[in-house]
Amino acid sequence: MKRLNFRVILFAFALIFGVVFSIPSLTQSEDGKKITLGLDLQGGLHMLLGIKSEVAIESRIKSIAGTVKYVFDDEDIMFGDISIVDNEKVTFDIIDKDDIKQAKELIKKELTGVRLNENGLNFSIDLTDEEIVRTKQNAIKQAVDTIRNRLNEFGLAEPTVAKQGEDKILVEVPGIKTQEDEQRIRELIARAAHLQLMAVDEDRIARVDTMSANEAKSFGDVILHDVNSPEKYLLRAIPVIEGSMLTDAKVGFDKNNQPQINFTLNGQGAKMFGEFTGKSVGKRMAVVLDNKVYSAPNINEIIGGGRVQITGRFELSEAHDLAIALRSGALVAPVYVMEKRSVGPSLGADSIESSSIALAMGFILVVFFMMVYYGMAGVIANVALIGNLFLILAIMSLFGATLTLPGMAGIVLTVGMAVDANVIINERIRELLYMGKSVTKSIEDGYSNAFTAIWDANVTTLIAATVLYAYGTGAIKGFALTMSIGILASMLTAIVGTHGIYQLLLPNIDKKKLGFWFGIKAEEKK
Amino acid sequence: MEIFKYKQPLSLMSKSKRFGILSISVLIIALALIIGKGFNYGIDFAGGTLIQLKYDTKAPISKVREIIDSDKSYEGATVTFFGSDHEIVVKTKMSSKSLGEDVGDRVRELLKSTGNFEVRRVDMVGAKVGSELREQGLMAMVLAIIGILIYVSVRFEWRFAVASVMALVHDVTIAMGMIVLFKVEVNLDILAALLTILGYSLNDTIIVFDRIREGIRDIKDPTLESIIDESVTRTLSRTTLTSLTTFFVVLTLFLFGGEIINGFSFTLLVGIVVGTYSSIFVASPILLWLGFSVSDFREKEALKLKREKEKDKMRAMYENGTI
Repeated sequence: MKRLNFRVILFAFALIFGVVFSIPSLTQSEDGKKITLGLDLQGGLHMLLGIKSEVAIESRIKSIAGTVKYVFDDEDIMFGDISIVDNEKVTFDIIDKDDIKQAKELIKKELTGVRLNENGLNFSIDLTDEEIVRTKQNAIKQAVDTIRNRLNEFGLAEPTVAKQGEDKILVEVPGIKTQEDEQRIRELIARAAHLQLMAVDEDRIARVDTMSANEAKSFGDVILHDVNSPEKYLLRAIPVIEGSMLTDAKVGFDKNNQPQINFTLNGQGAKMFGEFTGKSVGKRMAVVLDNKVYSAPNINEIIGGGRVQITGRFELSEAHDLAIALRSGALVAPVYVMEKRSVGPSLGADSIESSSIALAMGFILVVFFMMVYYGMAGVIANVALIGNLFLILAIMSLFGATLTLPGMAGIVLTVGMAVDANVIINERIRELLYMGKSVTKSIEDGYSNAFTAIWDANVTTLIAATVLYAYGTGAIKGFALTMSIGILASMLTAIVGTHGIYQLLLPNIDKKKLGFWFGIKAEEKK
Repeated sequence: MEIFKYKQPLSLMSKSKRFGILSISVLIIALALIIGKGFNYGIDFAGGTLIQLKYDTKAPISKVREIIDSDKSYEGATVTFFGSDHEIVVKTKMSSKSLGEDVGDRVRELLKSTGNFEVRRVDMVGAKVGSELREQGLMAMVLAIIGILIYVSVRFEWRFAVASVMALVHDVTIAMGMIVLFKVEVNLDILAALLTILGYSLNDTIIVFDRIREGIRDIKDPTLESIIDESVTRTLSRTTLTSLTTFFVVLTLFLFGGEIINGFSFTLLVGIVVGTYSSIFVASPILLWLGFSVSDFREKEALKLKREKEKDKMRAMYENGTI
């Protein structure tokens, strides 16, 4: 038999591969692909958010009402009683029968995904079923994009924002230092940042303190509170301008050096805003953010250029976060927390330390045992075990896999199970040696006898690990991953690798020193 | 070094009744515990919030309890030490609905007066997610078992598959009973541990079955009892050694791995012990009780071999151009 056989060469390659590709992870160097630590090990925030997609439908209906009102006004179509019913349709009357044809054409031109139902002069508009599905899906997609933008603008390192399942959003933010920071990030994510410029109903606002919400609704108004005081405002329910028409938002300072947010409207918004202010000189306009009135200044003249400010006694950090939220767009539908896990950096460090100690102790224990029990055969198994550990690290590094605390447990467990293959093989070899077979024959037959057992056992463990990976979440996936990689790597190192080493060493194995080589007493040999 | 050395087969099968009775009684106790007392579900499955705090000094636990108890919204909340006497864990059924009103933030505010502490961990799981996770967990168990049944049936025979799955159910049930007995909190990691036991205990059983399969072919003695006895005895060394190395490795994890993975490693320790026992004493007798017949299996194997030989012959004839 040739000393340099394909098995040992393969093993040597695997070992070199393992060492080379695990170096970036072990030294935590800047270059090269490396393992990322899970949030439970480096600290951070993991959240699963749900989304109230029905709100997206509501706001879609609202914007339809706004559009209808605007185009009818623009084309001088007389209409009355425009209102929103059950948050699912817009109803209105056309006053002049002759306008119906033009009105229908305008609606067809301006609105998509809607159904127009008519009954004499009464009309209603609602969304088609496909449009409802599309709107909900868009709401999730938009929420994912918006949250990602906000976190990126906040300047956080590598946040993950992804859609999970049908209607959930996964948010992972590593590297948060304090609970206060975490709270600020949560608020930034949760902020709807829904900006509206609304006309004050100057004719009725005097009675606002005694008016009920329903009564206000009957006039086509809403009652909203001031952000800082209990003062109430009566506002026209259909907004003049919405946040979607905003192009930029920045923190600025007013003449008293208080932080404020300056924002700019897009072309259409600026035009609508100009027209509205032109018609409403002498009246007030409320700046409403997330259904709170921030200010309600008097309109003194036409305001062109589409520049507006929000003032409201902000803290600087609050103004900063709010500008980010406005800039990255409103959440069409609000999100809520379904699951949240946050780990402080110190706990993560403790977990790394304690699981590393466990790994090291377990490793030493196994290596020592194998050496004492099997002699050189144990040492060979240990070489394979070390190769196995490097391979796990290398493969995980190449895939950029995440190492979690259960993942560490998976590696510890692999150390215990990877030597299993060698225990089986060594026991088989010993059996054959007891029967008086030659060393070469014992090794070759030992490997072939042991193979089916190791194969079947590993495949079944892999089945369990695969199911765990498919159904597990977060950290548990990490456990299944490291265990699977460990099993696969052990097939290469513990079966092929050790076999190759035996073949390489075969000419040196002294029949009289079976105690040294295989840990059995030589005189037992018949 | 040699500890286990094969001299002659141990007569295990003759004592299989005794082990059967032992297993069944332990199983009944485990089932009674599971049904009677039920699992102590952690927040992963039950929903709620867990807050882990670390104080600079010894944690003023009675003061914390007093404050938490005085707030009605935390009814049923528990406060316990965690790992060391510097750390405590507050668990409440409450979960935050909105991102802004976080239970963790509120507890932090509430306990401000109790001293200098750092919030190390806040886990919050909504009730809906909890029940979803529970369903998924059950699903994972069932799927894993089905997958294993199919694989073992294909590689061995259906009786081997049924016997190994029965041994698995035996191991997992007893491990669950121990979880209930020792009031281990059941979270996702315990589920992972149970699935690992599935894989691990099966691993052991397969090794024994592989030897039985080989024994059926090679051992002249036609009775299954003696084939099992010899196969189990021959694999005894490996079964015990591997179990021991794995046991000690998991023991280091249990002792030094930190409080967070204690439940996980505890469950594994139980599983390793039970799994080793079952692969030696439980799985093979089931094969016997299921009416496995050595001669039938030999016939089937012979038939398989014959068919393969015929196929080879046909191919040879085809290649030689005789057909």
